[in-house]
Amino acid sequence: MSTLHFSERQTRQSRTALEIRNDFPIFERPTARGKRLVYLDSAATSQKPNCVIETLDTYYREYNANIHRGVYEIAALATERFEAARASVARFVNCAPGELVWTKNTTEAINLVAYAWGDANLRAKDVILLTEMEHHSNLVPWQLLARRTGAVLRFIPVDPRGVLVLDDLDRLLDGCKILSLAHVGNTLGTISPLERIIPRAHAAGALVVVDGAQAAPHLSVDVAALGCDFYAFSAHKMLGPTGIGALYGRRALLESMPPFLSGGDMIRTVEYEHATFNDPPWKFEAGTSNVADAIAFGTAIAYLTDVGLAWVREHEKRITRYALQRLAELEPRGLVVYGPKDPERMGGVISFNLADAHAHDVASILDTDGVCIRAGHHCTMPLMQRMGWIATARASFYLYTTEDDVDALAAGLEKAARIFKV
Amino acid sequence: MDDFYRDYILDHYRNPRNFGRLEAPTVTAEDLNPLCGDRIRMDLLVDADGIVRDVRFSGKGCAISQASASMLTQSVIGKSLEEVAKLRKEAVLENVGIGISPTRMKCAMLGLRVLKSAAIGSLAAWPDEE
Repeated sequence: MSTLHFSERQTRQSRTALEIRNDFPIFERPTARGKRLVYLDSAATSQKPNCVIETLDTYYREYNANIHRGVYEIAALATERFEAARASVARFVNCAPGELVWTKNTTEAINLVAYAWGDANLRAKDVILLTEMEHHSNLVPWQLLARRTGAVLRFIPVDPRGVLVLDDLDRLLDGCKILSLAHVGNTLGTISPLERIIPRAHAAGALVVVDGAQAAPHLSVDVAALGCDFYAFSAHKMLGPTGIGALYGRRALLESMPPFLSGGDMIRTVEYEHATFNDPPWKFEAGTSNVADAIAFGTAIAYLTDVGLAWVREHEKRITRYALQRLAELEPRGLVVYGPKDPERMGGVISFNLADAHAHDVASILDTDGVCIRAGHHCTMPLMQRMGWIATARASFYLYTTEDDVDALAAGLEKAARIFKV
Repeated sequence: MDDFYRDYILDHYRNPRNFGRLEAPTVTAEDLNPLCGDRIRMDLLVDADGIVRDVRFSGKGCAISQASASMLTQSVIGKSLEEVAKLRKEAVLENVGIGISPTRMKCAMLGLRVLKSAAIGSLAAWPDEE
């Protein structure tokens, strides 16, 4: 890695990205082919800083115990840290700890709403409104809910740049009971104008679920200011471990909803024939929770807060602008960039294709040089079909991404262009 | 991996042999690779003795899946359905002649899986998992 060359031409902020990289042990290791790891797939999952890894290690080594029931010292400590992590994550999105339910991930959080709220509240012909750019995790649970209840699905369209078209929003909201949409699209990086959409949905009598999987890691999220009813996100995309995520739900809604999964820990009293349930959020946390990962999620939040979401956003805008510029230089070789192409209106996610080379082939060629990108449909098969794309290559950025990483991407694409003779 | 993208692979990718559809196929099968959405359809014309007389494939996907399928079709005519059903992954790997990484094995095997599915009349196992 040409650190010297790099630091000479970078701003102070980019040097901060270099400093940040020192906290991530994975960047110290070369790839199996002896290359520098150029990780451009943070939209799939982020890398983890030392502090998160150490939190997991410390829990298992020093105070591993089940929570909420044990009377002994390490059980009390585990419970205290577990609930403190909930409080940190709740503060991070500006809600009360009692409004933050631990889930396995964003997908489970959305399923929780679709099953617990949806089954109890939707009737035949009620409208579920989504957008054309949703990840399968914010589409399939609603398809199944529609099948169970007879509700119908509608979609807010996207234009060819992947920007939501809101012209017909009021008509689409007619009869709508619930609107669920991504805060930031995972394929094109489009940022949804929630501040314009949520008030109109509420005026039409619909609840609003926000899939924040691609937003919470990168933007400062304030669920109170947004006014959404539910907000779902995953730890693993924001420096935390896999297997833990969170659902914000408005307190009154969480109280009125029946449980989702049931069993231990979510009950108040149990008799042979019936049971009464715990208060939210525990009502929705049946069985032994993912204690270690929840606590480490809290550590990830502390790390992100320390860096500052405002800095993360500015850094990603800078990297995205630079990447758009480097990719534009490859246009004569047949490179096409999709999406809004405006760093102000998108997250650090860029989808593209190189001439007639399939995205999988491009990703394989980049992989030989240690450059990790995603290729395929990105779990948005209907969007791909809508746009007429078979597959796209996708590079995505985070707080540790440097201009050097983008240069490696551009060099890899030039190599792919040579191999494919385009 | 660079090695894989040899001229003949790119030639089969850009100029696939036996590409298209048969007007009246005796048997046909279609499948996709759920990982990437690559899709291949195989049409076979089979005579009364169970011998493949003509073949067409169609679909969209990466160079590995399309070139593998294209090359496979060149060795099918004259084989019995029984022989087609018994084809193993080596039939593809020998054609392409280059090592395929585990992450791309499904791409290479998609065409063969669909071809074997057409021969047996139901979805065949992934040849690399047999």
